[in-house]
Amino acid sequence: MSLLSLKNLTKTFGGLKAVDDVSFDVNEGSVMGLIGPNGAGKTTVFNLITGNYKPDSGQVIFDGKSIEGLLTHRIVSMGIGRTFQTIRLFKNLSVLENVLAGCHCRMKSGALSSMFHTPGQKKEEKAAIEQSLKELEFVGLRQEAAQLSTSLSYGNQRLLEIARALATQPRLLILDEPAGGMNEQETEDLMELIRKMQERGLTILLIEHDMKLVMQACEELVVIEYGRKIAEGVPAEIKENPRVIEAYLGTEEGE
Amino acid sequence: MKDKRIIIYGILAVALFCSPFFLNHYWVDVLNSVGLYAILGLSLNLIVGHAGLFNLGHAAFYAVGAYTAAILNTTFHIPILWLLPACGLTAGLFAVVIARPIIHLRGDYLCIVTIGIGEIVRIALINDVFGITGGANGIFGIARPELFGFKIRKPQEFFYLIWFFVAVTVFFFNRLEQSRFGRALNYLRDDEVAAEGSGINTAHYKLAAFVLGAVWAGMVGNIFAAKMTIISPESFSFWESVLMFTLIILGGSGSIPGVLLGAFLVAGLPEVFRGFAGARMLLFGGAMVAMMIFRTQGILPPRARTFPIDAVAEEAR
Repeated sequence: MSLLSLKNLTKTFGGLKAVDDVSFDVNEGSVMGLIGPNGAGKTTVFNLITGNYKPDSGQVIFDGKSIEGLLTHRIVSMGIGRTFQTIRLFKNLSVLENVLAGCHCRMKSGALSSMFHTPGQKKEEKAAIEQSLKELEFVGLRQEAAQLSTSLSYGNQRLLEIARALATQPRLLILDEPAGGMNEQETEDLMELIRKMQERGLTILLIEHDMKLVMQACEELVVIEYGRKIAEGVPAEIKENPRVIEAYLGTEEGE
Repeated sequence: MKDKRIIIYGILAVALFCSPFFLNHYWVDVLNSVGLYAILGLSLNLIVGHAGLFNLGHAAFYAVGAYTAAILNTTFHIPILWLLPACGLTAGLFAVVIARPIIHLRGDYLCIVTIGIGEIVRIALINDVFGITGGANGIFGIARPELFGFKIRKPQEFFYLIWFFVAVTVFFFNRLEQSRFGRALNYLRDDEVAAEGSGINTAHYKLAAFVLGAVWAGMVGNIFAAKMTIISPESFSFWESVLMFTLIILGGSGSIPGVLLGAFLVAGLPEVFRGFAGARMLLFGGAMVAMMIFRTQGILPPRARTFPIDAVAEEAR
């Protein structure tokens, strides 16, 4: 069963076709990698899925429903969580508050019930803190809960973004270069974390340049170049695919 | 540390409560205007401090509230304090109508548009819009407020009315800060894209901050009208909006104690400096410049929220 399918997705910026007729399916419970050279349009594909951009044409189908053109927060509450390529944490707030942001869409209390501290509101607050702590425990940042988010190391900031995305209780998690800026050990731990998230029943779609991580963590890969899909398959196949090798290494001129 | 702060705030509150017994009419009246600025500042703080939306036209909502009170009181003779909800409602509705189309604007663009709105409202009032605002002369003959058959007229009596309203505002807004609603405003202030990507309806919360701030400013307008018994457009000039904005930046954006201190400094200091006659605004301006250089986050910046992490973890076990 495919949880997410992209159908002939196209997006242009001025004269540039950033995403050109891209289609692929992400199966429920799988870990899929989206790879390609710099500027190939990978992040644009992500932004089309999460509603940051509207596609010029084509469809995004999540769980049987067409979601293109919906607002991002709606898509998040439908069950797609994401992290960002350039870390986007709430810098003036604590680690815990950052994760609580993810809980927001699963909570209800508004301004009035907060002003009057209704029993429902108090209970909900406590449950949200509890869940946030659980997600922090899951990524291994439980001890840092009260710290300022910017006091974390670069690698831990990436983990915090994952915890925040997990707190939205997604079915599909979209990770944009999760290993960017991580050292070897942190990348190893990240692979372990991805495996644990898969065990939790999450479906994962990720962009990554670290080929070791891509080859080990992903069950399936989609390769795009200049906004077009050039290959799709299991990592072992992709590694041997001449089109992909050419895209990454280039061909010699004049031959 | 926390207990110490509570003790200090407690002592200050008691001192303030007793102050009308020791001060003359003039200084009590200064404290009354400090109180009004404090509530206005707290209401604008939701918009500027928490949601990070630059609003330099807050006096417009204040004016809508004050004129609602004045018009309904003078034409239908409804007791003025009964009109508090109506004033909040009209200011809130006005905010919905004008904020909706402009709320997506960022930073300085929003700032410029809100200045425009403040001016449009002021000029509309001068031009006697719909023939009900009394033009440049304004509206006079507004009844004194009455509470349980007791007519409030002396500054000392107004002092308790106004500062009771301050206390209620602090109580509710403090709770609001510690809630899902308050956090949502902070998320969108820090990073709008990340907030939306974490499932927060940023457009909704921006509008909610604007409307709630406007509702509160409208209610302050009611009390202002009751206190003055005469209101005119000049009370709602651009300068008023600037003062409300300044007191937040000066005291500490996003911090309730900061805003209260800011109200004392902005509404009280010029009175203290009155002895310096012509140079008092210069001194005031100099103090502001020094602040912006040496303490950009304000005198009392907001403290980090604390959460019962251990208690919750213990219970979950």
